[in-house]
Amino acid sequence: MLCFRRGRYRPNPAKDAQWNRGAYLAQAVSDCGGCHTPRNAIGGEKLRDAYSGTVVDNWIAPPLTEANPSPVPWTQAELFSYLRSGVDPLHGAVTATMTSAIRGSLDLPIVPDSDVRAIAVYMSDVDHAGRRESNAQAATRQALQNSSLGSGQEYDPDANLYASACLSCHYNTGAVPLPARPELALNSALSLPEPTNFIQAVLGGVGSTDGAPGLVMPAYASSFNNAEVARLAAYLRRTRTTLPPWTDVEYKVSVARRELSASH
Amino acid sequence: MTTDKTTFNLNGRSVSVQSPSDAPLLWVIRDELGLTGTKFGCGIGMCGACTVHVEGRATRSCITSVGAVAGANVMTIEGLDPEGRHPLQIAWLELQVPQCGYCQSGQIMQAATLLKDYPNPTDQDINAVMAGSLCRCMTYLRIRKAIKLAAGRMQEGATHG
Repeated sequence: MLCFRRGRYRPNPAKDAQWNRGAYLAQAVSDCGGCHTPRNAIGGEKLRDAYSGTVVDNWIAPPLTEANPSPVPWTQAELFSYLRSGVDPLHGAVTATMTSAIRGSLDLPIVPDSDVRAIAVYMSDVDHAGRRESNAQAATRQALQNSSLGSGQEYDPDANLYASACLSCHYNTGAVPLPARPELALNSALSLPEPTNFIQAVLGGVGSTDGAPGLVMPAYASSFNNAEVARLAAYLRRTRTTLPPWTDVEYKVSVARRELSASH
Repeated sequence: MTTDKTTFNLNGRSVSVQSPSDAPLLWVIRDELGLTGTKFGCGIGMCGACTVHVEGRATRSCITSVGAVAGANVMTIEGLDPEGRHPLQIAWLELQVPQCGYCQSGQIMQAATLLKDYPNPTDQDINAVMAGSLCRCMTYLRIRKAIKLAAGRMQEGATHG
């Protein structure tokens, strides 16, 4: 309550009605900032850093601004598909705390397409997708070119680990990834500065009620030890992104594993 | 861990099971529901012998908890075709693919998802998608041949049927 400020949404006169509807829904009703905006010492949202991303329930709620590291920017069309259905082929499927935002509200028939589209219009302005859209095709092409890495006869134990456990579901070919085959090279779990989301997904899996409707990823917590999860993380970061390696991954896996077993 | 009942669809009929929600789906299918076509291989999701379909997607049932498939449609090798005459099963028989046979139900279930995604798979597609399905008798070349045979027939069927 300390941080509650009374007031109504004030439309931005420089923007059109759809943008304002989206901004109103995002700020006042959907509370996107509740997870995606970092908080101050007493729990208030740091409005100057609005939507810059933070950690919620042991997952990273990624930045919704231009700082979002997904190789393909979140355009209006992709935001709409993701917010409406929980999955977008160029970004992946919903998990963790975001699941309830989709399954419990945005994908319900009572919510009209026009409202979801308005949020998409507003958010694609927040992240300046229009300016960055030209990279999308090249990033998608690159991702698909690398998608079969690991399936050959190379003597790379990390690639073999990936091929045995992950490739049969995550391999893609053709012009665009299939929604049921989340393309890891395009997923922010590999491009965020920390391996948090990657580790969580591997250890905990994705149930039939999270993620894309019906899609299940098994939990690999009892299959892999910490060093193996760390090797997978390092391998994918090395072969599917051009970003610098993550540090102390094995230790971070051990922390995530402790948190996961404490929550069960 | 909870012992609540989990309900899901297995091969087209609704089942409610008593196993704890963190029990592996494989155990539930084999021990509680008595369908033994799905095999236990490595137990850590690294060999593919336990592959079933969850909502039509190949899924390793040894490391998928039964709670994770609550409400979902699960299909085992027994449900792939009512008479065991799925084009993959026919191709498998014709080409005499199996040797010892232990991994084959998992291979077929994985191949079915492959053909759904990529109806005309290249060698690279087959190698990548089938990479997680091991066969210690080394029947890989016959598996690949059978997948291509079934793919060809399914496409013909789709064109003429």
